[in-house]
Amino acid sequence: MMTEPRPGPARRQMRRREEAFRWAFLAPAIAFLLLYFGYPIVKNLMMSVQDYTTRTFYTGEAPFVGLANYAAVVKSSVFSTALINTVLFTVGSITGQFTIGLALAVFFKKHFPLNGVMRSLMLLPWLLPMIVSSAIWKWMLDKDSGVVNQLLGLAGVENIPWLTSTEVALVAVVMVNIWLGIPFNMTILYSGLQDIPDELYEAAALDGATGWKAFRNITWPLLRPVVSVVLILGVVYTLKVLDIILGLTEGGPSGATETLATQSYRLSFANFEFGQGAALGNILVLISLVFALAYLRMTRSGVED
Amino acid sequence: MFINTRNAAGSHPAGSRTVNRRRVLQGAALAAAALPLAACGRGGATGKGGEVTSLKVLDYYADEPDNQIFQKALEAAAEQVGVTIEREAVSGTGLIQKVLQMSSSRTLPDLLMLDNPDLQQIAATGALAPLSTFGITADGFIDGFVGAGTYDGELYGMGPCANTLGLYYNKDLLDAAGVAVPTTWDELKSTAKTLTKDGAYGVAFCAKASYEGSWQFLPFFWSAGADETDIATPEAASALQLLVGLVNDGSASQSVVNWGQGDLGEQFTSGKAAMIVNGPWMTNTFNDSGINWGVAEMPVPKAGDTAVSPLGGELWTVPATGDEARQKKAAELLAVLLGKESILELNTTRFTIPTREEADADYLAELPDMEPLVTAVNNGRSRTAKLGEAWPKTAEALYNAMQSALTGKAAPLQALQTAKADFVS
Repeated sequence: MMTEPRPGPARRQMRRREEAFRWAFLAPAIAFLLLYFGYPIVKNLMMSVQDYTTRTFYTGEAPFVGLANYAAVVKSSVFSTALINTVLFTVGSITGQFTIGLALAVFFKKHFPLNGVMRSLMLLPWLLPMIVSSAIWKWMLDKDSGVVNQLLGLAGVENIPWLTSTEVALVAVVMVNIWLGIPFNMTILYSGLQDIPDELYEAAALDGATGWKAFRNITWPLLRPVVSVVLILGVVYTLKVLDIILGLTEGGPSGATETLATQSYRLSFANFEFGQGAALGNILVLISLVFALAYLRMTRSGVED
Repeated sequence: MFINTRNAAGSHPAGSRTVNRRRVLQGAALAAAALPLAACGRGGATGKGGEVTSLKVLDYYADEPDNQIFQKALEAAAEQVGVTIEREAVSGTGLIQKVLQMSSSRTLPDLLMLDNPDLQQIAATGALAPLSTFGITADGFIDGFVGAGTYDGELYGMGPCANTLGLYYNKDLLDAAGVAVPTTWDELKSTAKTLTKDGAYGVAFCAKASYEGSWQFLPFFWSAGADETDIATPEAASALQLLVGLVNDGSASQSVVNWGQGDLGEQFTSGKAAMIVNGPWMTNTFNDSGINWGVAEMPVPKAGDTAVSPLGGELWTVPATGDEARQKKAAELLAVLLGKESILELNTTRFTIPTREEADADYLAELPDMEPLVTAVNNGRSRTAKLGEAWPKTAEALYNAMQSALTGKAAPLQALQTAKADFVS
């Protein structure tokens, strides 16, 4: 031991070098985060308290206006409608996507011919660009010549004004969004189901628990961690849905499908009210943040379990 | 309006050769252009720095055939003034964002095209140079278009091609029903009613929840004597009532609240709408469809009234880049583009309408069917002439009022009053 030549400084040096290495590996990630997340967030926060107009881009002048943009956005006649629509749209979409996604996941857990092929076909809506989906659905939901009403017509149902009635439009938009969201829900839930050991079902079957009983007592409790992840991610995705609504109805008719996301887009990119657009965007980010934090908590506790 | 009917897919297979040649020219031109730029220094812009050999051009004619037509026209004009061009064409919806980015980084092109209702916003930023600086005046151009290019009393933009809205009709369907092309609102109502049968609607227009909807409302709104400075008047309400009536008695589909101008075109070419409100940018589509079509001026409230339609079309501007030599060259190029010959060539190939009345006779000799639209353009009005930068707010109010009245939420006048209170004041 005594013969070992000065271990302290060498080890310290090595440790320091290791530390430096660690930071060198982290640096790109940190730079990336600052550049692509930090800067836009700070910029958006600043924009929302400034009078930011087209002029600002050239002159660089954007006077500080405090919370005036937030006040203007919240006081606007569109805000309450948009907020209610956002809630209805999100709750409706998530309920539909999740229920159907779960049902399909359970269904595909059984072994039957062409299972794999059908499962991959179910992913199609996920692969299509949103703008394509919305354009096609707009055709299909056309009141007079859309294929949906023509099929319903065969069953004797009168033409439904899917996208042109203030009462039905939101339902139609939610329907399309459910269709789009099923693959995501199904895929995640399906992989969650794979983790439940078959022996549990076999044991349960011996005790007489099959079908609904088995689902309630085995599948559901064991799937719970995956369920919460799917639901929270679903909420965050749905809150910011924009292209589908713009493509289908442009927020109309008469504001029936206007959400916080479409309103924020309209303010910034159609009306050039960049400050107000940023303010509304931040309100939306704040709402998403609540769910994102819940997600982080849940995934963390999931790991600890 | 115009730009919304374009899609973002601005690929141009036929243009690859041009692109390659442009690339090569770009390289040479950039090297040469660096010299005068370096010589100018900050704000110096004396133009003494050297000869301008290349100009940067930005527009949104990304789709064929416009892409090729403007590429050729710009190259020809550039050759006349002794420069080459580096042209960039972006999608219609992407242009404004690009322009704003460029103006904040001071990289605006030498020649910039803008959709006419957007000119006010950009001119207000101070990014454009008044055309009078370069000796370009509005003499000989139609008043409406001059109004669109003028901000705060100065002319900032002018263009060779205008468009507007007209009533497109299916000749075969009208003949079969034995009706004439409607010229008044009453005739429009009765003709549309007669033509509504066999799964086809008599008339279709766009009342979408976007600027496209307001643009299509304007011919009715203005022809009724309404004014954009106060949208909640009995005249405005009568125009809105006309549209509500057409939908309520089944002559127009309820879907008008959701149809863009592209959708109207599809309804027309598939024979599901006998008459539609649309513009000359659809001419190629209509010709290709084999529909026996004609176009008339928009119907007016009563016989003898003048139809007032909104002016569409693009304006070319010279951004205030600070380099006087390049700005001057760009203005020279613009002057060639605005020459009578160029105007005639561009409009006959694009089916748009000349912005100079002196070109009308030659134009009509080639395209006689366009006469109603030529009249409409000459009587046309720009959306921004009265309100300037405030126009987008009023446009928002107008489409909101339309949507509210057409979905039965409120009576026309009430819908206009609510929209005015919500969006304009």
